[in-house]
Amino acid sequence: MKLKARLLEAAEIERALRRIAHEIVEKNKGAEELALVGVHTRGIPLAERLSSLIERFEGVRPAVGVLDITLYRDDLSEIAVQPKVRETRIPFDITNKPLVLVDDVLYTGRTARAALDALVDLGRPQRIYFAVLVDRGHRELPIRADFVGKNLPTSRQEVVKVKLNEVDGEDGVELWQR
Amino acid sequence: MAALKHLLDFEGWRRSEVESLLETARLMEEVLERPMKKVPALKGFTIATVFFEPSTRTKTSFELAAKRMSADVVSFAVSGSSLSKGESYKDTLLTLQAMVLDAYVIRSPVAGMAHQAAGWLRGSVINAGDGRRAHPTQALLDAYTLLDELSQLEGKKIAIVGDIAHSRVARSNAELLPLLGADVWAAGPVGLLPEVLKGARLTSNLAEALSDADAVMVLRLQKERMQDGSLPSIREYISEYQITAERMNLARPGALLLHPGPMNRDLELAGTLAEGSHSRVERQVRAGEAVRMAVLYHLLVGRAA
Repeated sequence: MKLKARLLEAAEIERALRRIAHEIVEKNKGAEELALVGVHTRGIPLAERLSSLIERFEGVRPAVGVLDITLYRDDLSEIAVQPKVRETRIPFDITNKPLVLVDDVLYTGRTARAALDALVDLGRPQRIYFAVLVDRGHRELPIRADFVGKNLPTSRQEVVKVKLNEVDGEDGVELWQR
Repeated sequence: MAALKHLLDFEGWRRSEVESLLETARLMEEVLERPMKKVPALKGFTIATVFFEPSTRTKTSFELAAKRMSADVVSFAVSGSSLSKGESYKDTLLTLQAMVLDAYVIRSPVAGMAHQAAGWLRGSVINAGDGRRAHPTQALLDAYTLLDELSQLEGKKIAIVGDIAHSRVARSNAELLPLLGADVWAAGPVGLLPEVLKGARLTSNLAEALSDADAVMVLRLQKERMQDGSLPSIREYISEYQITAERMNLARPGALLLHPGPMNRDLELAGTLAEGSHSRVERQVRAGEAVRMAVLYHLLVGRAA
C-alpha cells in the first residue's frame, strides 16, 4: 500500500470532535442520561474524547461503553481468516437511554448494522444516534450517520486510515492506495 | 496461525492456541451474563451431538453452547437409533454427514473413536470423551476455572485424585495443564494408577500430592471398579483417599476444589465439601458452556477457502 495523502491533522480532528460534541448535546437537548458506545478499536478512544468534551461543555460526563461486533458480523460463515473476538463491556443499562454509537470510519455500513443488532440484543435504548469521524461513502446498506467529522470522497481502491494517539501514538487521517 | 479443524486431544496444540481459546471463552462468558444470552455468530451452521454413550451434562452443555451461538443443533443418542439395530459407528456418522453438517460432537466408549471419525467426516470433530483416552473440553473448562482465580498456572501444583487409570479427565488434564505451565500430580490407590501418565507425577501417597497444592481435582469413583477387582473395598478407599476437610488442609490455604461430576457424595469427596468455600464445582459448569462456545467459534469460523 502507498500513502496518497494526509487528509486530517490532529488539530482538525480535535475541532471536528468539538463540533460533534456540541451537535450531540444540541440534538439530544442536553447530556442527561446520555451514554456513548465506542466500536472496537478506534471508536473507543473517540467515544472517550467525546465524553470528556461533553463534560467540559455541559458539566455532565456521559458513561462510555465498549462494543465488539465480531459475533454479529454477517460474513462469519464465508470468511477464510478467523477474526479475534474482543471485549464488550457496557457497564450501564442501555434501556431507555439515548445512546451515541461511535466509530472512526463509516464505509459500507456493515459494522454499523452489526453494532445496532448487538445493541438491541443488550436492551432497548430510547434512541440510538450514530457519530463517525470520517464518512467515506460507498454504502452497501441503508445506514447514515447523525454526526460526521468529515465527509471524504474516496474510491474503493483506497484505504482510509484513522490514527489516534491512544492506539497509534499520533492523531491523523491518511488516504492510502491499495 | 492456521485455524485448528478438530479438537480430539491436545497433541500438537501450542500454548498460544490454548491461551487464545481460553481468552475467547472469557469473552463468551460476558455473553452468558447478558439478559439475552445469545449471539448470531454461528447462524447457518449445523452441529450434531452424537453420543454413543449416555451423558447428560456434557451433551446439554454442548447443545446449549451451540444454541447460544445460534447454530442449529441435531442430537443423536444411541437409544432408539439404528445403532441398536446393528448399524456401525461409521455408517451412523456417514448418514448424519449426508444431512450436511459442519461439526460433530462425539462421545464414545471406544478410545480413538473421535480420531477415526475425523478421517471419515468432512466437518469438524469435537471429542466429547472417547473411552478412557481423552475429554478435552473438560480439561479446558478445568483450566479456565483454575485460571479464573489463579490468573496463571505457571508453577502451580494441581493434584488429581482418584481413579486415575480409567479417567479420560485425568489424561486430558495431564496433557493440557502442563502445557500452561502447571505441575500436575496424580494420586490414587495402586490398583487405580496407570503405569505412566504423560505430563503428571504419579503417586499412591495422597499427602504427597496434596501437600501445598494450589488446586485439588477429585475424580468420580466408578462402582464398576469393585467388580473388576482393581479396588479391593470402598471402605478402604474412603479411609485412605476420600478428600475431606482435614485433607484439604494439606493443600495451600484457599486451595480450589474441582470435580467433573457427577459426584458420589461421601465416597470420593466428603459431602459437605461440595458446597464449601473450596469448591468451584458450580463455577466449572458455567465455565463449561463458555469454553464450548469458544471451541465452536475457533473450529468453525474462518474455515471457508
